[in-house]
Amino acid sequence: MNPRGTRVLRLDALARVEGEAALHLRVDGGTVAETRLRIYEPPRFFEALLSGRGHTEPPDITSRICGICPVAYQMSACQAIENACGVTVDGPLADLRRLLYCGEWIESHTLHIYLLHAPDFLGLADVVGLARDQRAAVERGLRLKQSGNAILEQLGGRPIHPVNVRIGGFYRTPAPRELRPLAERLRQAREDALETVRWVAAFDFPDAVYDHDLLALRDPGHYAIDSGTPAVIAARGGPRAAREFALSDFEQHVRERQVPHSTALTATLDDRRFLTGPLARYAINGQWLHPVAAEAARDAGLGDPALGAICDNPFRSIVVRAVEVVHAVEEALRIIDGYAQPPRPAVEVPPRRAVGAGATEAPRGLLYHRYALTEDGTLTGARIIPPTAQNQTAIEEDVRRAVQTRLDRDGPDADDEELTLLCERAIRNHDPCISCSAHFLDLTVERT
Amino acid sequence: MTTEPGRATDPRPTLAVWKFASCDGCQLTLLDCEDELLGLTDRVRIEHFLEMTPAEGAGGERARLDGRGPYDLSLVEGSITTAEDAERIQHVRRISRYLVTIGACATAGGIQALRNFSDVDEFIAAVYARPEYISTLETSTPISAHVPVDLELRGCPIDRRQLLEVITAYLAGRRPRVPGHSVCFECKRRGTTCITVAHGIPCLGPVTHAGCGAICPAFGRGCYGCFGPMSRPNLRSMVAQLRHDGMSEQDIQRVFRTFNAASPEHAPVPDLAAEKQERPPATTETHPERPA
Repeated sequence: MNPRGTRVLRLDALARVEGEAALHLRVDGGTVAETRLRIYEPPRFFEALLSGRGHTEPPDITSRICGICPVAYQMSACQAIENACGVTVDGPLADLRRLLYCGEWIESHTLHIYLLHAPDFLGLADVVGLARDQRAAVERGLRLKQSGNAILEQLGGRPIHPVNVRIGGFYRTPAPRELRPLAERLRQAREDALETVRWVAAFDFPDAVYDHDLLALRDPGHYAIDSGTPAVIAARGGPRAAREFALSDFEQHVRERQVPHSTALTATLDDRRFLTGPLARYAINGQWLHPVAAEAARDAGLGDPALGAICDNPFRSIVVRAVEVVHAVEEALRIIDGYAQPPRPAVEVPPRRAVGAGATEAPRGLLYHRYALTEDGTLTGARIIPPTAQNQTAIEEDVRRAVQTRLDRDGPDADDEELTLLCERAIRNHDPCISCSAHFLDLTVERT
Repeated sequence: MTTEPGRATDPRPTLAVWKFASCDGCQLTLLDCEDELLGLTDRVRIEHFLEMTPAEGAGGERARLDGRGPYDLSLVEGSITTAEDAERIQHVRRISRYLVTIGACATAGGIQALRNFSDVDEFIAAVYARPEYISTLETSTPISAHVPVDLELRGCPIDRRQLLEVITAYLAGRRPRVPGHSVCFECKRRGTTCITVAHGIPCLGPVTHAGCGAICPAFGRGCYGCFGPMSRPNLRSMVAQLRHDGMSEQDIQRVFRTFNAASPEHAPVPDLAAEKQERPPATTETHPERPA
């Protein structure tokens, strides 16, 4: 018996990871016996408070689940309601929605890359230290992040909880000339985004391999952002072809359960551990990246996405995020260049008694909404499955593997300080977005 | 690892950012000040801001708080929804010289204050299969219900320019300019034609606290009140006008029961919305057909 005291991990800011998460690790001799990521955010009961609201309200209400990816919530909510009402929003309105979404991808990914994740690779505490060391890099990151926010402000009115989104489309659509200054900005952003890929590709990456099934939306011909069918690639050793299932069956495949140590529900996919987010999207949709982004990926050592390359080192997720930023910039430019103002800012979405589901790719992964409506549009039920709830089990497994690898290398008395740092990094790789959860980790190492 | 200069020899005031029940959007607003962020870190010493920097010391946040601080300026986001947070805010107050609450959760209880009008046990049962694992209070309450607050910054989310004004004023030792008048003033300043007068679009602008820059009307959307009530709102006239502009009693109830639902000023709305219309509101313009 070798009981050790509690050690605390100081965790760098994780995007939208607030309050406290605690990681409970049990080590028996030289073996990690248990890893439990404890999330205890104060629950806010969104699914319950939506009951009895009107069918036009979910986009605004659910955006308040997350100040970092509000557009993702608005888009999944709109699609679920429109699906229930039998309405499809396509053409220029769908393009404008994707443009807004690209703004959020650029902003959210860049925030994570520069302010939250990069310091891990450079041995720095935070972006302030990074700015002292590499001011030009931080200025580039802030400029790139701002270009994402510029899209959100121009099209949505403000970057956090945009006001211009509604079911059926928008309150007001921009004239093409209003988007021209954005295009100017995005051409600069393209350079910054490519420079970002080169910057992060040169970091030192610990050796690691994840082993999770991968889930992302799939929309042949497009790198899925705002539309597609759920598709799964099996973990290493399984078949590498993506199998799809209908969105209406989502809850039969992805099941959530409640565990005593967390206020977030945790999920399995067909009873297996799985991962959503940039690594899953890259594996499933890589062949449809914009050529500029695909070339950046090849140059960054991610293999050839056109040939179905998969990035299986979770620490390299920062490179995949940077590639996705390039793609989002290119996609935004493509939309602006081809934009013609639609005849009306929104299509009618008359309510009816029905159930509808919607899913889009939030920066952190697949975000699923389902609503049940009465004939006058009153909501009688709501179900929201955010990416981090889906990823919790995969994150715990990544932590277990990282610690086990270190124990195998350094023996059972591996330094706790180093272990905690490793745990933080293994968690931060997935940019967890646990509204109001942890920013640092109480690490309890039980040694028996 | 580069280190900051020691606290004792550092002349900069210290800043702490705290989070309770919220979406993180208001503290993210600080990181959305891309042009000012590096300048800000030159002027203030950010000692506790978990969105951005690791905390110092050992133990969980509570342990870390003991013996830390005091902080010159504390920004507090989120509402109080758990017994633990009700304790934590007391501690945050003790170690903060000047405490500013930021955003509708912190100033009014936020969207999660809808639980105040329902049975919280039903809410828990609707979301969680095992309610016994969940610990929460019956209500979501603003920070000011628990501790004295030096300044409240409204909004869901707060406005970036207003946040910078508050920090700038603090550094300059002057009162921040955050007026309590209505959104209508901001529409005039922005040059937006009144969407109610011109198009008959229902709008909460006349009773809503300024600060956003009147974004919604500029997009052809009626203000939906995310900054909460202005000082002394005339709700009777507002409700009559909303009915005149075609909103049903239920729609009026809903629009006031969102991000600032628990604001005390909103208490009369249900009765006002249910009242029979005795007389038309003061404005008697006839509206052209509202655009579809």
